[in-house]
Amino acid sequence: MAKLESKVPPGPLADKWRKHKADIKLVNPANKRKYDIIVVGAGLAGASAAATLAELGYKVKSFVFHDSPRRAHSIAAQGGINAAKNYQNDGDSVHRLFYDTIKGGDYRSREANVHRLAEVSVNIIDQCAAQGVPFAREYGGLLANRSFGGAQVSRTFYARGQTGQQLLLGAYSALSRMVGAGGVELHTNSEMLDLVVVDGHAKGIIVRDLITGEVQRHAADAVILATGGYGNVFNLSTYARGSNATAIWRAYKRGACLANPCYTQIHPTCIPVSGDYQSKLTLMSESLRNDGRIWAPKRKEDAKKDPNSIPEADRDYYLERLYPSFGNLAPRDVSSRAAMRMCNEGRGVGETGLGVYLDFADAIKRLGEPAVRERYGNLFDIYHEITAENAYHQPMRIFPAVHYTMGGLWVDYNLMSNIPGLFVLGEANFSDHGANRLGASALMQGLADGYFVIPYTIGDYLAGQKPGSRPAVDGAAFKQAEDNVRAMTQRFLGNKGKEPVSHFHKRLGKIMWEHCGMARTKAGLEEALRLIPALREEFRANVNVPGSGDTLNQSLEQAGRVADFIELGELLCRDALTREESCGGHFREEYQYPDGECKRDDEHFAHVAAWEYQGEGQAPLRNIEPLNYEFTKMSVRSYK
Amino acid sequence: MSLAGNLFRSSIGRKFVMAVTGLILVGFVIGHLVGNLQIFQHPDHINGYAAFLHQLGPLLWVARIILLVSVGLHIWAATVLALENKRARTGNGPNSAKQWIRATLASRLVRWTGYIVLAFVLYHLAQFTLGITGTAQFKENLPHYTMVDEYRIAGFPVVKAGAEVLDVHSMVILGFQNPVISLFYIIAVGLLSFHLLHGVDSFFQTIGWRSAKWSGALHKIVLLFCVAYFVGNLIIPGSVLLGAKGLREGFKAPAAPAAIRR
Amino acid sequence: MVAEKFSKKLFSVTLRVWRQAGPAAPGRFTDYPAANVNPDMSFLELLDVVNDGLTIKGEEPIAFAHDCREGICGTCSCTINGKPHGPGRGIATCQLYMRSFRDGDVIVVEPFRARPFPVVKDLVTDRAAFDKIMQAGGFITVRTGAAPDANAIPVPKQDADLAMDAAACIGCGACVAACKNASAMLFVAAKVSQLGLFPQGQPERDQRVLGMVGTMDAMGFGNCTNQYECSAACPKTITHDFIARMNRDYLKASFRSAFKPASSSTGGGAG
Repeated sequence: MAKLESKVPPGPLADKWRKHKADIKLVNPANKRKYDIIVVGAGLAGASAAATLAELGYKVKSFVFHDSPRRAHSIAAQGGINAAKNYQNDGDSVHRLFYDTIKGGDYRSREANVHRLAEVSVNIIDQCAAQGVPFAREYGGLLANRSFGGAQVSRTFYARGQTGQQLLLGAYSALSRMVGAGGVELHTNSEMLDLVVVDGHAKGIIVRDLITGEVQRHAADAVILATGGYGNVFNLSTYARGSNATAIWRAYKRGACLANPCYTQIHPTCIPVSGDYQSKLTLMSESLRNDGRIWAPKRKEDAKKDPNSIPEADRDYYLERLYPSFGNLAPRDVSSRAAMRMCNEGRGVGETGLGVYLDFADAIKRLGEPAVRERYGNLFDIYHEITAENAYHQPMRIFPAVHYTMGGLWVDYNLMSNIPGLFVLGEANFSDHGANRLGASALMQGLADGYFVIPYTIGDYLAGQKPGSRPAVDGAAFKQAEDNVRAMTQRFLGNKGKEPVSHFHKRLGKIMWEHCGMARTKAGLEEALRLIPALREEFRANVNVPGSGDTLNQSLEQAGRVADFIELGELLCRDALTREESCGGHFREEYQYPDGECKRDDEHFAHVAAWEYQGEGQAPLRNIEPLNYEFTKMSVRSYK
Repeated sequence: MSLAGNLFRSSIGRKFVMAVTGLILVGFVIGHLVGNLQIFQHPDHINGYAAFLHQLGPLLWVARIILLVSVGLHIWAATVLALENKRARTGNGPNSAKQWIRATLASRLVRWTGYIVLAFVLYHLAQFTLGITGTAQFKENLPHYTMVDEYRIAGFPVVKAGAEVLDVHSMVILGFQNPVISLFYIIAVGLLSFHLLHGVDSFFQTIGWRSAKWSGALHKIVLLFCVAYFVGNLIIPGSVLLGAKGLREGFKAPAAPAAIRR
Repeated sequence: MVAEKFSKKLFSVTLRVWRQAGPAAPGRFTDYPAANVNPDMSFLELLDVVNDGLTIKGEEPIAFAHDCREGICGTCSCTINGKPHGPGRGIATCQLYMRSFRDGDVIVVEPFRARPFPVVKDLVTDRAAFDKIMQAGGFITVRTGAAPDANAIPVPKQDADLAMDAAACIGCGACVAACKNASAMLFVAAKVSQLGLFPQGQPERDQRVLGMVGTMDAMGFGNCTNQYECSAACPKTITHDFIARMNRDYLKASFRSAFKPASSSTGGGAG
C-alpha cells in the first residue's frame, strides 16, 4: 500500500509556501550541474520547468513526442490566464482567487496547493510580460483583463483568443534560449514508453525515437512528467489528436498512484458533432459567454426552426433563469449539465438535436458588430470554417465536449509522486483543481508548477541524492524496462488483426461518453466495466498495426496510446463507480438535489482517491488521502 | 560577423547590395533620360551637355566606375542569390507545379527582363559610347558641331558659343532612323521599365521603408514612374521614326561619311 | 433555417498522394480514390478514412503530420494542389473542409518542398530548422523570477497589437513552402518583429536579428525576392510588412554593431 503523505507544511495558510521555501533543502550552485533532470513534455508546465531548471544550472534533458516543443497542446488554450493582480481595482486578491478556485473545484482540492497557486499567479504575469508575451492592453499601455466563468472579478489576462499559444511560445522561447545556451538537451520526436525505477526511486525513462524507431535508455537524478491530461480516453474531445496518457499510465504501472481519474471536465461551448468520421471537437472559448447569451427554444416544436424566427418570448435563456447572479458565466460543469438537460428535454437544436444556441444578437446591438468582431473575430471565423454558418447573423450552435481532466498522478505538496524522484506537473497531476477546474486556471497551474514551484521543490529531493549517484543505463532495471517496451512493440506489429486502431478508439470513446460522460449512474458504470475489458481483449486479438518498428509508424504510436486509454478508461469508470457522490465534473445521477445540482457527500468522500496498480488482471488498490480543510468551510457550491 | 560580412555574405545584406546598386542605376537612368530629352531642344543643348560631360575628365571616370561597379555588384548579388534560391528548393522531391498566389508578373519575370536589359545595355554602349556598331554614324566619325550659343547648367556657362564639339544630336537621329535598332531599343526600355516595376518596389521593401499603410500608394507611384520612364524613352526613337518636325530643325544629314579623324 | 450554402450531397474525389518510405528513399505519387465524401468532413478526416481503408487492406497508411486539428499547433503541413495548406485563405490544412472541393476532383497532396525541410516519410517533413533559428535569438532573456511588475513597463496598445499580429505565427512552414526560393523570412521576421516591438525586447534587439538571420542563412533557406507568396499562404495571414521591418532592423544592427563602441573589460568579480 502506497504511503500518501501530502507534506503540506504547518502554519497559517498564507504563510505555508513562504515558510516552506525557507525551510526546504537547497542544492549548492556548484553542484547543480552534477544533476541530470529528465523533463517529459514541453507544454506550459514542461517547457517552463525545463527552462527554469536549466537557468538554475541543472543539466536538463527535454523529451517531446512532437517534432518541436512548440506544438504541445497548451497552445490551443484560447481564453486566458487568471492572476490575482487586482489591476482592475474590483476587489480581487490572492485570497479571493484561492477561494474561487477551491469553491470552483467543489471542495475536492488541497487547500495549501490552491493557495500557493493563487500566490504565484501574480509572478506568472510578470514573467510572461517580460518575455514579450503580447497580452491585450488598454490605451494607456497597461494590461487589460476580462471576466471568466466562476468569478465575479475581472482577473483574466489574455492575448486575443490565443492566450495559450502566446504563453506557450513564451515558455518555448525560454526553453529555446536554454537549448541554445547548452543547458537543455532537446529530444524531439521522442515518446516516453516506460519509467525506470531503481531502488524505489525514479531514475530514468525508456523512449522510442519516432522517426528511426530506436529504443533508447536515459538516466537522470530525477524525472519530471509534464505530459498533459487523458481526455482522449473519450476519443472525441477538444484535445489534440496526439495528446495521450501513455507517460502517466506507464508511470502508474510502475507504482505511481493515479488520483481522482473520474474528475473530467466537460466544456460547455464546443461546436457540435457533425458525423461519425469526426476526429476532433473544436472549442469555442468560454470568453464568448461574456457577451453571448445561451438559450434553447422553450418548446420542442421550435427546435428545428430557424433561430432568428423564434420570438424572444419563446426563447429560454436558461442559465440566466437558473443562475441569476452568474447567468451565462456559470461554471463549466454547471453550464454543461444544463445544456444536456435542455437536449434531454427534446429542446436541443441543430440536425442532431445535440446543441443549444449561443447568441450574439444583443451584444451586436449593444456594442456594434465591429466591437464584437474585435473581441471574438477569430472565434467567429473558426466557427464559420467548420460549420459554414455566419455567427454574426445567426446564433452559434454549441454543445459540451470533454475538455480537461482534473485527475492525474498523485503528488504531494512538492509535486512529487509517491515514487521518490518522480515529479508531475501541470494537467498530468491531480493537485490544484479538485473536481472541477475554473476557466483560465489551467494555464495558470501549468506555469505556476513549471516556473515557480518545481525549481524550489526539486532541490529538496536532489539535496538528498549524492551528486553523481544516478545509476548507469546498463543496469537491470533499464534492461527490464527496455525489454518491456520492445515486447509491446513486437506484440502490436506481429498481431495482424482485422481492424485499425481508430476503430477501437472510437468504440472506447462511445462507451466512455455514454456511461461515464456528463452524467454517470451505477448501472451505467457497471456496464462500462463489463464492456471495456471485453474491448481490451478484442483490441489485443484483432488490432492491425501495419508497417515496421524501425521507421515513422503512426499506427504503432497510436496503438500504444489506445491500449493505455482502454486500461485507463476502465480505471476511470471504477473511480467514478466508487465515488458515490456528485462533485464538480463528476456527476452521479443518484446524488443530486431536486434542482439537478451536485450533491456532495463530505462525510464519506472528502478525500483523494489514489489508485495503485497491483499487476495485470488484479484489481487496483484504492488509497485515500483525506482532505483536511483547516481554513475554508466546505459548503454547498451555489452560483444562484 | 563584420559589417562587410553582414552585407556581402548574409541574405539580407546581399539584398541590400542589390537594392543600393539598383538605386544608383535607377538614378543613372533617370539622369540619362533627362539628358537625352534635350534632343527635343536646339542641338546646342544635347551637344553642349555631352561636351560638358566629357570635360569632367577624371570625374566622368569616377562616375563610370561607380556605375560599372554597381552593375557588377547588382549582377553578382542577383546571381548568388538566385543560385542559393534554386538550391534551397531542390533536393527534396520534385517541385510540382507551383501555384502562384499573388506574385506579380513583373516579379516573376524579373530575372529574364534583367538578362535582356543587360544585353541591351551592352549593345547600347557599343553603339553610342564605343562606336563598335553603327560605326559610320558614331559621334566621333561625324563632322564636329559648332555651338551656336553657350550651354549653361544651373546658370553657369559650361560650354562656350562657337566651341567645336561632337555631334551627338546627329548620331542619335541617324542611329534611330534604323527601325530595327529603334524597335530593339523600345522593347528593351520597355523591359527595363518592367524590371523597375518590381525593382523599385522591392527597393523599399529591402531597405525596410515599405508598409501596408502606404504600399498601395507606393505601388501606384512606382507604376507611374515606370510608365513615365518608358514613355520618356519611347518618344526619342519614336519621334525619329515618325520624323517629328522639331527634331529636323537644325539637323543636316552629312552628305557622305566623314573621314576618320584620328 | 438559413439557406444551406453547400449541399450535403456525398461525392467522390481522387487523392494523388506523395508516398516516400523514408528520407533517402525515392518518392512517387500514388492515386487513392475516395468515395462518399461528406462536404462537412475535414480534409484530414478524409485522410483518416482513407488510412483506415488502407490498414484494413493490409497496406501501410499515409503518414501525415497533424495534431491539434484546430489550426493552432502548426503541425499539419501538406501542399495541396500546389498551395501550402490547400485552397482557401488564412487556414491550416486541418481547417480545410471537403466542401472546398467538387465531385470528381483530383487532389494533389505532397509534402512541403524545401531543402531545409527534408521529407521524413510520405507527407511528413522535418522542420527542426525553425527550432534552430529560435535558439539563435528568438527570445527575451529574463531569468524566471527576475521580472518587474507587469504594469511597470507600459506598452502602447498599438505596438502590443502589432506584436500580437506577428506573434500569431504557428511555425508551420507554409511560408517556406509557398516561396519559390524556400525562404524563411516571414517566419523569422514575425518573431524578430514581435520581440522588437516591446520595450523589453530592446536590449537584445540587434543581437537577436543578427543571430536569427545568420542561422536562417546557415540552415540553407533561400532569399526573399519580395513576391509575398509567403504572406498569401500564411494560415495566420501574417503580413510581409514584418519582413520590411526585419530588413531595416538587420541593416541598422549591422551598421550599429560595426560602429558602436564596446567595452573592452573582461569582467571579473569583486572580491
